[in-house]
Amino acid sequence: MSEVAFDGVTKRFGEVTAVDQLTLDIADGEFMVLLGPSGCGKTTALRMIAGLETVTEGTLRIGDRVVNDVEAKDRDIAMVFQSYALYPHMTVARNIESPLVARRFHVDADAPPRKLTAAERSERVDQAARSLGLTDLMGRKPAALSGGQRQRVALARAIVARPSAFLMDEPLSNLDAKLRAQTRIELVELHERLATTFVYVTHDQVEAMTMADRIAVLNEGRLQQVGPPQAVYERPHNLFVARFIGSPPMNTVPGTVVRTDTGVAVQLGGQRIDLDPVAHEPLADGTEVVIGVRPEHLAVDPDGQVKAQVRAVEWLGHERLVVCDLAEHHITVRQSSGAEPVAPGDVLALTADPAHVHLFDPNTTERLN
Amino acid sequence: MGTELFQPTWKKVAWYAVLTALAVVILFPVYMTFVRAISQPRAYVLAGQPPWPVHPEWDAFSRAFSLGDLGRKFLVSAVVTTVIVAAQLTTSTLAAYAFTFLQFPFRRLLFYVFMATLMLPIEVTLIPNVQTIRSLDWLNSYPGLVAPFLATAFGTFLLRQGFRGIPRDLLDASQLDGFGHLAFLRRVAIPVTRPVVASFAVIAFLSAWNQYTWPRAVVTEGRWETVQIGLKTVTATTAEQNNLGFAAALVVALPILVLLIVLQRQIVRGLTAGAVKG
Repeated sequence: MSEVAFDGVTKRFGEVTAVDQLTLDIADGEFMVLLGPSGCGKTTALRMIAGLETVTEGTLRIGDRVVNDVEAKDRDIAMVFQSYALYPHMTVARNIESPLVARRFHVDADAPPRKLTAAERSERVDQAARSLGLTDLMGRKPAALSGGQRQRVALARAIVARPSAFLMDEPLSNLDAKLRAQTRIELVELHERLATTFVYVTHDQVEAMTMADRIAVLNEGRLQQVGPPQAVYERPHNLFVARFIGSPPMNTVPGTVVRTDTGVAVQLGGQRIDLDPVAHEPLADGTEVVIGVRPEHLAVDPDGQVKAQVRAVEWLGHERLVVCDLAEHHITVRQSSGAEPVAPGDVLALTADPAHVHLFDPNTTERLN
Repeated sequence: MGTELFQPTWKKVAWYAVLTALAVVILFPVYMTFVRAISQPRAYVLAGQPPWPVHPEWDAFSRAFSLGDLGRKFLVSAVVTTVIVAAQLTTSTLAAYAFTFLQFPFRRLLFYVFMATLMLPIEVTLIPNVQTIRSLDWLNSYPGLVAPFLATAFGTFLLRQGFRGIPRDLLDASQLDGFGHLAFLRRVAIPVTRPVVASFAVIAFLSAWNQYTWPRAVVTEGRWETVQIGLKTVTATTAEQNNLGFAAALVVALPILVLLIVLQRQIVRGLTAGAVKG
């Protein structure tokens, strides 16, 4: 049993509220990513699970136990730090062994937990080291390891105690891009192999999208949305999530709802975008909205209603991003590399896929459709 | 082309010349002490006090040792120094740890008050301290010799600087591993800052071993005298034996010399720790 449940959890540091009324259930065995910009409270939330920060208000549960007042060492969790936090004066072997030295473990059935013997510790250390390919590095100290090797030692130190939940605080941010991509896959495999709850903090949406079972998006200490990556991407609950998830981000332009005999549309400056009349039934004429369309849902089409002037073209090899001016805003159109070339100064006629048009309330920033 | 190749060598030669000159300046007085120690005093004066030994008498060291009863005094100094160094290492480490890693009310203020005591020279506290020791009936005793030096603001300051270089994540990781503060101190904080701890130990040793004012103030019986006071007794004898004073000075400095040679690498690392990131 290793569900983690935040129930109205708040954390304040003096006047600053780092986490505000967080309610979030993380299922047993789930890979949950806490995603948000720096200062959004994601690391504080993780540190509260670890027991490294106290809970100011609310209840935090791990399994069926309220852990608000349980010490870090008694929570049966392991954490991988952004800095890896390896002890610099200890060898790889001693670093990995560290969580096994002082804590007590349930080893014998029906017997109270006890400390492990040296032989048991060494067996577990070898096993963890083998599973992460560290066997040849056991005598080295962290300073003599590459970034990727240090990261694996930190992972080995986390798995060696066989905890009921893993906490990871931006563990890939110190790796180069190639190694990061490789380690993402390894982490997903590790999660499948261990079948244990992972709570993973990152500001990198690629990590979140590629690894998570579910993503919890946080901003300014508040939970914005929680759901599977694709759902969060396809139906963002508010403007923050819409703009934060996706690269390049969703195009968002303010406009006004216009109802005509033929249907419903959004007026942007002097131009209109038709909406799906069924989906946008409740919107009254004259409602102020922010319309959002992802770059891949805009297409160049000679019959397009919207005219936008090309400002710049970014060539990325497999695709290109066309940045255009529209009603005093910049919008980005994603095109495959095979599409007809465009150049700055060209005026494009664009259409938006009606099924993928998002409308938000400009005041509350909440989703309207 | 060729000169460029040789330039580093010339630079090296120049550096060694400077370093050699500095070494001569520092070592010359030691050498002269040695010359005076083994020279027969009268012959040395008559020879015009040259910078080399005159009529060497190699038994000067053993004579100085027995004349000053240096054996007993070495023992007293060794006990006093050992206790002071051990106590200062313990108290400074614990205080520095608290000031670095623990949160408690008025932490900053307390630290500054602590540091302010560094500005008080021993002369300021000498008389009240002696009165306290006397009222405790600790004159002419080990407790009287060591009591005021069991804790030091300087050590606390130095070790705190060392501990501040330890990433907070290491403490967090250690907590998750199930270790308390004392275990973190022993397993991580001290080993990681070993050069700083070692250089502080040397500094504490030097200042304890070389104490003069305090033992002078709380010791009235010869058998409680430390080596530095014993040295004074040997120096104060007749001019006929003034070489023995020099000999005694060298004997007394021997433990320090050994310590510096043994720990020189640690000391250099400790004193430059924090100066270079890494």
